[in-house]
Amino acid sequence: MVYLTRKAEFSASHYYHNPDFTPEENRRIFGKCNNPNGHGHNYTLEVTVKGAVDPRSGFVVDLKQLKDIMSREVLDALDHRFLTKIPTTENLAIVIWQRLAPKLNAAILHRVRVYETPDLFVDFYGESSEREASKRE
Amino acid sequence: MKTGIMKATAWKAHLTRRYMFSASHRLHRDDMSEAENHTTYGKCNNPYGHGHNYMLEVTVSGPVDGQTGMVCDLVDLDNFVRTQVLELYDHQNLNLLPEFASEVPTTENLCIAIYEIVKRGFLNAHLDKIRIEETMMNSFEYVGERGGNL
Repeated sequence: MVYLTRKAEFSASHYYHNPDFTPEENRRIFGKCNNPNGHGHNYTLEVTVKGAVDPRSGFVVDLKQLKDIMSREVLDALDHRFLTKIPTTENLAIVIWQRLAPKLNAAILHRVRVYETPDLFVDFYGESSEREASKRE
Repeated sequence: MKTGIMKATAWKAHLTRRYMFSASHRLHRDDMSEAENHTTYGKCNNPYGHGHNYMLEVTVSGPVDGQTGMVCDLVDLDNFVRTQVLELYDHQNLNLLPEFASEVPTTENLCIAIYEIVKRGFLNAHLDKIRIEETMMNSFEYVGERGGNL
């Protein structure tokens, strides 16, 4: 099994707001991220796939194909957009996983890592990691 | 509005935050001879010590809360690490701190000390890992006694 990671960057703006919360709760829970005019980040996305190395091509996955899928499913959808539905970095990682996982056929999606800033990132390993975690506990 | 993301909110995510602090240390054991200290620790045994800009990474995990979209409130994590870790170690001589009275302040031992502080005191999410970059060329990780899964 070999793991391969490809990076991409996109920029988007967002603000955190849950309509179920009162304005006071939104301010207390989300702090400055609740500013209704929104704010932006340059996000860095790392997509890690895993698989056996194809004996003929020597590839885990065709990088061109992976790049195209990332461009179409993630960057075209998110770059320079205003994100809604409480777009925390945790939820962004989950949404990106959900967009990519069904489109990959040659390799298996292993991890989605989203950097909101160089000092803050979220890793998501999919639903299966949750199942494995609950088995251990 | 129960869309895919709402279904996903019980899923587990891992959040990592980076912090920086500066401290000095000297790698030395009183119960080793001068020659043994020199052989074991090399230039890190220089008598006046030396310093590093340490880069600390704290990784926590948990289910993503359906209401907030968060593993835990980042402000709480930042406040905890600032008051309980950074204020303890930043601009200090590690050798003079009580936790290193009988332990050599290698970055391995520093990882374990910080892991114990966060594990004991920060209860809003599960602590996965403490990782410290001592320089750009070397880093250390501690995931607890049981080894962890990362």
